[in-house]
Amino acid sequence: MTKLLMILLLGACTLPAQAALDAAQVRQLAAEDSTDKVAAIRHLTQTADPDAVRVLQAMAEDSLFLAGDRAVIIDGDNAYDATSGESIKMPAAPESITVNNRIRGELSGALAALKLFDGERSVRLESAQKLQSKVSPEMAPLLARALAKESDPEIKALLTLAHAQASLGDADPAVRLAAVKALAATTSPAIKTVLQPLTDKATEADDQVRYEAIAAIKAIDGRLALAENLGRVFSGLSLGSILLLAALGLAITYGVMGIINMAHGELLMVGAYATYGMQSLFRAYLPDYLDWYLPAAIPLAFFSAALIGVVMERTVIRWLYGRTLETLLATWGLSLVLIQSARVLFGAQNVEVANPSWMSGGIELMPNLMLPWNRIIIVGFALFVLTLVWVLMNKTRLGMFVRAVTQNRAMAGCVGVPTARIDSLAFALGAGIAGLGGVALSQISNVGPDMGQGYIVDSFMVVVVGGVGQLAGAVWAALGLGIFSKLLEGWAGAVIAKISILVCIIIFIQKRPQGIFALKGRFVDN
Amino acid sequence: MRPSLTLRLLAALDKKSWLALGVFLALSLIVVPLLHLAVGEDSAFYLSTYFITLIGKIMCYALVAVAMDLIWGYGGILSLGHGLFFALGGYAFGMYLMRQIGRDGSYGADIPDFMVFLDWKEIPWFWSGSDHFAWAGLLVLAVPALVAFVFGYFAFRSRIKGVYFSIITQALTYAAMLLFFRNETGFGGNNGFTDFKRVLGYSVTSPETRLVLFGLTAIALALTLVFAAWLVKSKFGRVLTAIRDAESRVMFIGYNPLWYKLSIWVISAVLCGIAGALYVPQVGIINPSEMSPANSIEIAIWVAVGGRGTLIGPIIGAFVVNLAKSWFTVSFPEYWLFFLGLLFIVVTLMLPQGLVGLWKKITARQGASA
Repeated sequence: MTKLLMILLLGACTLPAQAALDAAQVRQLAAEDSTDKVAAIRHLTQTADPDAVRVLQAMAEDSLFLAGDRAVIIDGDNAYDATSGESIKMPAAPESITVNNRIRGELSGALAALKLFDGERSVRLESAQKLQSKVSPEMAPLLARALAKESDPEIKALLTLAHAQASLGDADPAVRLAAVKALAATTSPAIKTVLQPLTDKATEADDQVRYEAIAAIKAIDGRLALAENLGRVFSGLSLGSILLLAALGLAITYGVMGIINMAHGELLMVGAYATYGMQSLFRAYLPDYLDWYLPAAIPLAFFSAALIGVVMERTVIRWLYGRTLETLLATWGLSLVLIQSARVLFGAQNVEVANPSWMSGGIELMPNLMLPWNRIIIVGFALFVLTLVWVLMNKTRLGMFVRAVTQNRAMAGCVGVPTARIDSLAFALGAGIAGLGGVALSQISNVGPDMGQGYIVDSFMVVVVGGVGQLAGAVWAALGLGIFSKLLEGWAGAVIAKISILVCIIIFIQKRPQGIFALKGRFVDN
Repeated sequence: MRPSLTLRLLAALDKKSWLALGVFLALSLIVVPLLHLAVGEDSAFYLSTYFITLIGKIMCYALVAVAMDLIWGYGGILSLGHGLFFALGGYAFGMYLMRQIGRDGSYGADIPDFMVFLDWKEIPWFWSGSDHFAWAGLLVLAVPALVAFVFGYFAFRSRIKGVYFSIITQALTYAAMLLFFRNETGFGGNNGFTDFKRVLGYSVTSPETRLVLFGLTAIALALTLVFAAWLVKSKFGRVLTAIRDAESRVMFIGYNPLWYKLSIWVISAVLCGIAGALYVPQVGIINPSEMSPANSIEIAIWVAVGGRGTLIGPIIGAFVVNLAKSWFTVSFPEYWLFFLGLLFIVVTLMLPQGLVGLWKKITARQGASA
């Protein structure tokens, strides 16, 4: 049946396009049988007549009706004859025409194809893009005609692709060969699937075409793999940025006080909830500026996390200096309290933090390699925080004191560094940076009470690998771990990747217990 | 001349402690079974199955706590991954219990249900022999020992200690949890091992089997206590404590801390494995969540609450915290984490010696004022 129809249609379109619509074909749009409707739609499409657009558009909008033996378009109180477009008297009892999903799909394809002949460049471009995924062999002549008329290079390239796809089913091997060659330059899994049947002897008789198709698939595969690996490196980079934001604070507190704050992940959570709170405030009071809640959330997240950090330091950690293992337990207790508080305050479910509109979308480097804006911005944000921390640590008096306490607490105290105050400030700084990490995290993952739990081990690994008290070490370790784990994930799956990274780190510590960048000097332990 | 081993074992505990141990064994081997079986259900003295399971479970935890105390309280090494060894023992014995189901599973196959579900045709090689009780028992001891040995050897050899060691053990148990969560690794995935029917041919749900398991747990706990008491009083234990207090000095005197630390680490892991094996048939399930970092760190708080560096402390701690947990999670589920979190903070800040230390302080003050 469909074959017959195709031949019929191919025959039909060789006829020159007529100025007026064929009334019988328009009438057939209202036929009982869906197959007849489809045939009529295809026929009307072949005419490439602006009038056909009007009729099909009306059909897609459910304003095409059948009155007696004539198709009419009813728009509000006005009625028009579908074939001629003339205004007519409102018919007495118009019958509606059933448009099921099959017809609707057919209509949207047909309308897209017809819009290729529109006067507006933007309309043509949009239609050419839309067509890529729904090319059918019948469209080949239509596309050829559109291609001949087209002058814009961008649309022309798209049309060439669509035409090549449509002519893969052509009876002439030469046409098929040209189509395959044209498609070999693309990078799209969809086209790969289209080419697949041509590699099989059962479906493709011509050796030359088959050979070209195999080569084309190979070429597409190569580009796909490249794009995939680049995508992995990029997502590794963004994971590394998050790790860096999480680990920077930990590196400072661990460097200064020699303690691991197990509640550090929960400080990320505090930052993320602060972002959520700011978003709610903007929604309630400044809905017009909702897009700008994120910059406003940054100071809030920093200071709320820093405040909680100071409270933690003053009430608990201060009393445990020199008892590092107990600090581990006490801060774990703090993290449990923080998690449960978040549950009580905001509910156990994840809360919704939306990306501002300027962060959605992305840069398309290749057809299947999209760099989302939110991740690009996070990488930039991490860079910004890193610069800030670097300036703070290396160019300010506070930074000098922090470095002094890191290197030799007793001696720093002797020359007048207020070590207790430096501890508090360093802890607040570390906590605040974690809060900033929370802002970044809220944009790419779920915000919930448990969100910080997974980060403590990862960020500690960064500190271990990078070396204690070293900004450069933390940067290299975070980016390295991020990229390495994303690449491994691509090859071996997330779990195996995680396990092998842990094993690698354990082996690494065997070789370099001080991390990549060890502090030079002589130390006494115990 | 050194006294014989028997004498030294006897000397491990003082008279009062031996008496207490005897009372404990008598209670759990005679009184509890009598109150469960011989007393009618409506009697005030009747001990329910729930009670037996709960106490049996907590005794397993207490065993883990003693193992943890050996390594932390006496060795000064805080492990945040002891849940791993507990779960390994549990899994090793759990597989035996799975094999004991035989063809009574939902699919009526020769292999456990979860393997049928994965469309596996036969038992994977690493589980071969797990249908023999003796082999399963050996696995319970050998697997935690081997894992602990390999990990400990590399960790202690490169002198990883303090928080480094703690966090790496946490990472270890976390990685293992991820591994066990996978279906294709052959550990039952998310659900782990459950729906046990028999152990050594006896039904696991019958009151008699439960009481036997309960009694065995009590005996294991008592033996562990005696062994631990002997160990910490021996020369080995004293060197270990010395390493805890001043590792460099011990090295300068001529001891190699590696073997001392490694031995106590492996012993501790094996004890955890035994506890896990006793835990599984009583509770009826083992799944990867036992390896979650949170579970392992909870073990540390049992020890801290009871009192580190004492042997009775961890047992008291395990009972207090777990009884509190079962009470809280039933009555005030939303406050349990607050309580647990505050417990961590309060104990480390105010009770560095735990409840035992508090008791000692109180009695000392009374003694001074009297």
